[in-house]
This record gives sequence, C-alpha cells and structure tokens, in this order.
Amino acid sequence: MVTVNIDGKNVEVLEETSILKAAESAGIWIPTLCYSELFEPYGVCRLCTVEVIRGKRSRLVTSCNYPVREGLTVLTNSDKVKWIRKLIMELTYSRWPNVPVVKDMAAALGVSEPRFKSLEQDLAPDACILCGNCVNICRDVVKASVLSFEGIGIGRKVVLPYNEQSETCIVCGACAQVCPTGHIKIKSLEKERGALQDWYLGPKTAINIPTLQAVPRVPIIDEKSCIKMQTGGCGVCSTYCEPEAINYEAKDEEIEIEVGQILITTGYQTIDLKQMSQYGYGRLDDVYSSLEFEHMLNSTGPTGGTILCKDGSEPRAVGIVHCIGSRDENFHKYCSRVCCMYALKFAHLVKDRTPAEVYQFYIDMRAFGKGYEEFYKRLLDEGVNMIRGKVAEISEGYLNNGDKPYLNIKCEDTLIGKFREIPVDMVILCPAIEPQFDASNIKKIFSISQSPDKFFLERHPKLDPVSTMTDGVFIAGCAQGPKDIPDSVAQASAAAARILSLISLGEVAVDPIKAEVMDEYCSGCRMCNSLCPYSAISFQEEKKISYINDMLCKGCGTCVSACPASAIIGKGFTDKQILAELEGILSV
Amino acid sequence: MKPKLALYWASSCGGCEIAVVDTELKILDIAGFFDIVFWPCLMDFKYKDVEAMEDGEITLCLFNGAIRTSENEYMAKLLRAKSKVLVAFGSCASEGCIPALANFYDKQSILDFVYKDSQSLEENSRGVYPETKTHMPEGEIDIPEFWNTVKTLDQVVDVDYYVPGCPPQSFQIVKVVEAVIDILKNGKPLPPTGTVLGAGDKTCCDECPRERKEKKIKKFYRPQEIIPDPNECLLDQGLMCMGPATRSGCDALCVKANIGCRGCYGPPVNVMDQGTKMVSALSSVIDSTDQKEVREIIKTIADPLGTFYRFSMGASLMRRVQPKKVEKE
Repeated sequence: MVTVNIDGKNVEVLEETSILKAAESAGIWIPTLCYSELFEPYGVCRLCTVEVIRGKRSRLVTSCNYPVREGLTVLTNSDKVKWIRKLIMELTYSRWPNVPVVKDMAAALGVSEPRFKSLEQDLAPDACILCGNCVNICRDVVKASVLSFEGIGIGRKVVLPYNEQSETCIVCGACAQVCPTGHIKIKSLEKERGALQDWYLGPKTAINIPTLQAVPRVPIIDEKSCIKMQTGGCGVCSTYCEPEAINYEAKDEEIEIEVGQILITTGYQTIDLKQMSQYGYGRLDDVYSSLEFEHMLNSTGPTGGTILCKDGSEPRAVGIVHCIGSRDENFHKYCSRVCCMYALKFAHLVKDRTPAEVYQFYIDMRAFGKGYEEFYKRLLDEGVNMIRGKVAEISEGYLNNGDKPYLNIKCEDTLIGKFREIPVDMVILCPAIEPQFDASNIKKIFSISQSPDKFFLERHPKLDPVSTMTDGVFIAGCAQGPKDIPDSVAQASAAAARILSLISLGEVAVDPIKAEVMDEYCSGCRMCNSLCPYSAISFQEEKKISYINDMLCKGCGTCVSACPASAIIGKGFTDKQILAELEGILSV
Repeated sequence: MKPKLALYWASSCGGCEIAVVDTELKILDIAGFFDIVFWPCLMDFKYKDVEAMEDGEITLCLFNGAIRTSENEYMAKLLRAKSKVLVAFGSCASEGCIPALANFYDKQSILDFVYKDSQSLEENSRGVYPETKTHMPEGEIDIPEFWNTVKTLDQVVDVDYYVPGCPPQSFQIVKVVEAVIDILKNGKPLPPTGTVLGAGDKTCCDECPRERKEKKIKKFYRPQEIIPDPNECLLDQGLMCMGPATRSGCDALCVKANIGCRGCYGPPVNVMDQGTKMVSALSSVIDSTDQKEVREIIKTIADPLGTFYRFSMGASLMRRVQPKKVEKE
C-alpha cells in the first residue's frame, strides 16, 4: 500500500494503481472520454490530465496511465490543470462539435464555445473521436484484432482490414459496447454469427440467467457467443466474480445412468411460422408468436410485463390469430388443443393492461375444460371482438405519409358472410404444437411407435394411455399429443404411479420365451440388427457378433427366421423341437 | 500294407480332381501314404478292377459328382460296397451343385433343348435322341440312362463324411488328408458319421474382412452395374452375396476379389435349406414398407432360383421343381 495526497486528501491505495483510480476511490472526479477498466489505458483523450508534484518538480501527466508512488502529491483542480484541460477540450470540441458526448463533456468543463474554429474540410466526418477503445478491446480483450487505425494526422481513422467485412470478427459487440460516442453499431451479422439466436425480445449477454424462474438460478454461458470460448480472450466476467465460480473449461458431457424404467417427456415444438409467409412473421415488426408474447407479458420479461410495440409505443389494437398450422390440410390436421384458451387469456391480459381493442380470429372456439366455457363467456362480456374465419394475409398499411404503418389483417368473417380488413398494431400468432424435430430418433432409441401425426403412441388410447409397447418405457405430456398443463400433470402423475408400483414390487415377471444368439455359430453378418421391433439386438464390436438383450426380447421370432446362419434360436421353439413334433404327428 | 485310396467322378466338371492335384507337393505325401487303387481322371483303371476287389477293401473313397445317370448310381453303389469310408467330396456329391440346377426342368425338356431347340445345334433334322440301347451290325451297345432328377450321393447310398466346396479349397483338402493320415497312423477315433470336414462352423461372413453395417437394401445391383467399395460389406452395397447363408471354409475367396459369395460351401451347420434361409434373411432387410416398392426392389434380384439355389438345389427341401404338365391331345 502506498499513500498519495490528492487535492489535500491522503489516499491509501495499492501500488501500481493509476492516479485516476486512486482519485475515484477518494471520490474525486477526473474527466475522461476514453478510459475503460477493461484494457490498458491508452491516454489518448488527454482530458484526465492532472498536475503531479514530486519534491520541487511539478509535471502535467495523464492520470489514467500514471501509477501512484509513495509521497506523491496530485492536484486535479489547480489553475494549471484547469487551463490545460480547457485547451484540450476546446481543441476536441472544435473538431467534433456535433457529437453529444463531446458536447456534454465540454459543458461539464465550462466550455460553451471553442475559441478555435475548424475549417470545413477538417471537421470530423463522423462521430468517431479516435479514442481507440474499439481497437484496444478487440486486440487486448477479445484477442481478435479485427479493428485497427489507418492514416496519420487528420486522415487517421478506425478501419477493418481492407475495409471489408472480416472473417475473424465474431460479432461479439465489444467494440460497440466501449465506444463512448455510440459510433459503432452491430448490424446484420448478429443473426448469422455469434449473437444468441433464440427467440427473444431484448438483448441478452453470452452469460445469462435464462429466466428468473430457472432452477438452480445460476447463470449459464452460451458457448457460441462467449468470447472466451471462441477466441480465448475476454474473461471479463471471471475478474468480476469474487467466489471464482466461473469455469470456462466445463463442457457438456454425456453421462450413462443405469435405470429400470424410463419416462419419456420430451415435449413439443411449435411450428416454424416463417414457412407461412402470408402472416409476415419475421418479416413484419410486431407480428409475434404466442411464446414471444407470453415472454413479453411476464413480469420478469424484457418489458417487465408492459405490452409494447417494437417502437416502444402502446398498441391501439391487437389481433390474435388462432390455428396457425393446426387444423390445416397443408400442415397439421389435428387441433393443438391449448391455443383457444391461451388466446383468450392473452385477450384478457391485453384488455387488462392496455386500452387496446382486441380481435380474435378463430375457426371454432374450443373451450372444453373445467371452467373454460365460463372464462370464454367472461371474455365476451369484456368486449373482445370475436371474428369467426381464417386469416388470409397480414400486410403493412399506411394511413398518411410518414405515419407509423399499421398491420392490416385480411380475413373472411363467416358469421356475417363478408370479407373484412382489420387494422391493428400488433398481431399474435398461435402456432401449432408439433412433435419435436428429433422425435423419430427417440422412437428408434426406445423402440416405441409414433401415431400418424408423429406424436409417440401409447399402448392403448383408453386402457393404457401412459405406457408404450416397450416394457418399462412410459410417456407423458405433449410428447404423446398436444395437451394443456392440467392434462400433462395428470398424465405424468399416472405414469409416475405406474413406475412406482413396479419399483415397489422390486421385481418384474418376464416371459421365458426368448430368442438367443448361439455365439459359436454367429458370424456377425448383421442381418438381424435392424429387424428387432423391440431393439433387443445389438452388435458387439469387439466380438463381431450380435447379442440379444434378454430383458428387451419379447420372443416374437422375427430374428430367428431371418438369421441366415440359423445362429439364433427361439427358446422352446427350436428347429429340432419342431421337426421332432412334425415327425411325431406324421408317424401316426 | 498301405491304406487304399480311391477317387471317382460322377456327374461333375472335374474341378474337384484338379483341386486335389492343386495341393502341390502334398500330393506326393498322399501318393506316398496311400496306395491309389482307383482314379479314372489321372490313372488308367477300369471298373472291373474295382468290381474285383473285396468289400471294404478301399480304406478311403473320395467321391465327387452328382448322381444323374444309371452309370453314376452303379458306381456309387459299387464304391460304397468296396469302401470303408465314403466321402461325398465337393458340392456336387454333397448337395447337387450346378448339375442339380437341371431339377428346375425334367428329362424330356432338357433333351428337347439339347437335341432339338438349342440355337447352337447344327443339324438334327432326323430327330435323333439318345437311346440307352442301340442295335448295330456288330451287336447291341449300351449307354447309361439319363435320369429325370439329379441326386446327391447321400440320396443314393449312405455317406460317411462330407467335404463341401466347388471345388473344395486345396488348403482344406490338405487339412482333411492330414487328419485322415493322423487317424490311420495313430489309431485315433473317427469323427461321428455325417460330419462335414474341411469347413468351418460359422458362415462366410466370419472370414470376410469387410466392414458390415446394419443392413438396409434399397436395390440389388448386378456386378457390372457398380464398382463396389473394397472395404464395405457387398450386401450393404446392394450386391448379391450368399455369404451370410453359406458355411465358412473357403477363406472368403470371392468376396476378397470384390465379387459376392455364390454359396458353394453349402448351408451353415444348423440350416436345412440354404436358399429359403437366404430369401428369409433378405426379405427382412429390404428397406421399404410400401408393398409396391418392395415388389420393385425384389424384381432387381436377377435369376432368384439360380442365385439362391445355385449349389444346393439337389439337397434342398424342394429337391426339384415339378415340371409343367403338358396336356397331350
């Protein structure tokens, strides 16, 4: 620790601390335009200049990169300092008279009008004040070294190599973050590279807590957008984390667990709305999917639960469109079952939180659950406009030149037999629930079946709705078919009870009729490998022969008849037994 | 006194005899250990020499060729009587082999083709067909009678052992002969009757060095249609290969030459009918559930009967295909 005297105050700080930091800890403000804690100070704006007195010698130094020494006396507000700062500020101001940050700083230092006037051609062409923060952070922290200075004197500027989009740029946005004037903006590439691509309504960082309800509530790092994981640079978050809990080495790992029973609850995904271009999702602002809107309604969401259009205004009218991809011959013929009710809930919340008009575009209103019909009734009383008919198109419309465009919903109102166009500010689409894209892989892994709509098939729709054709494998929730929360909970509880009943028994009875591979005759031709409807057959790479899992085998005999070497026998039904039986019958 | 060895060819191509000669210097050991008493292919013996022997005088008789004529049957019965140990040597004697493909037809249609309809026939305007008895000025002469059905050796006489292969591989013949010499010299017990000698217990796949995957077949190719990958299973690539339903023993000779196994080593140990077994296996790996498509895929198999029963027709459960009955007016 060393002690320095700043403006008459004695400050005790660590050795090698900069004067700027030391002053900050003493509550003394030193102006700066380019200082950042994230990288080595560059001392380029010169505004942090202070007077340093050591012995009889007095010097003017930039405080951001001047380390404190024992017995140093620093003056941050002496006449000399005031004079030089004002001069620097006037020079800076004269070159960048239109940059807000520079203006504000000039005002703070009491400069209203610079004494100097730049010639027209010497005025800076843009808001870049050449502080070099972007260059420094890209080189020192991100370690990508994409940005650099070019030219000297008045021609100096920050450029990309050859002024082309660089392949090395990972679109981390660090340069935009440290730019004091906001001159750097991250544009289109955000979607292509790096930045988080999940649906979201606001910015997210590479390290974040996915939702406030997350359990355990700890941040996760998105590997694709984390600079540390991409280039090995940055690591800023770990310098701030006092318990040193951040581990960049941690990797996703596969863990094998031996279990007796499995409950498959892989859920659903919503249909890709972009394939129905007539609804404008992803093309028009303020066309949201129901999940995005739900996120917006959430009190911990990006808007804190306030319903806002993308431009920050409150919508005057909201359209909620049902059955996007469900009950549709071109996509899914089935009903997604949950949309009607959440659409009504949305209508209720919009009515509750805004004065907006709400329009529901539905085919049939299916309010079949407990208390649902009553809720529907209540919504009608609240004055929600119900329009029975399919929406044909959503397009942009303009009232007057220069006005904000509205969204025009074209539809047929089948109750009045008319074609209608309804202007709204926001549209919420209710996408169809569909099986996860990799459901067929899960099907293969567990040897279960899928119904024609590709949801997993239960053993019996009425008598055995939670188990599958594979013993010990159960299903619940939307993996089995679209259903709401009460139904999912009921089905999952039933499956859990089934599983527990087998656990409490402690043992399971299995049929003795099984197929068996006779190792001495199997040559591993792998004919049988893909045949087993119960996936009981696997190939042992080390022995180069096939193996039948006793527990999975149901003794159907498919492999027995298919084995070209007759190396698989059906226990109790061997060729020898059958031939002997035939002989017995024929000998009579 | 040296043990006596006899070799005979019935309805066969002679390849088995060549395979024995192909044992190279080992043939000298054979000739040295045994007293060769009958081998019409290589040495001058007459049937009457055999007829003159005592019953059981021949220690070992390697009988190759299928039984197709009255002469074949006579010699089979004669050699059975004169031999202590009778071995069905090669695919023809064991399971009918190529000659037994004649069982898809009958005697009349075969003779019609050869003496009347064949395009390579030069002239037979007089309609000459072979007759068993012909009257000549010098007297009556016989030729053996041609039978309706080609039989395997064990369908005519009792057979002690079998050596499969078309022909049996020379290195396997050496092994068999060495085992026989070992038994005779050292008085070791004989293997149980019916044992298959000179072959393995597994299938051709066991000896095949190719990488096999889970099988799914979308189309069967003929060898000239594609250039197969030398490291991948031929069947996986859609080339017909009888390997999975064929006994091991040849050291995967054909597949190592990029050609599908033709099945000459016969059915594996527990298989009764090589052809049906292969059909049953293949039908389970055809990669389609659409009936029409399945039919189209199956159509791409060239000559199914000749492919699946190329070597085993004589010993198959079918034995022969019933000839179409032509109604006589």
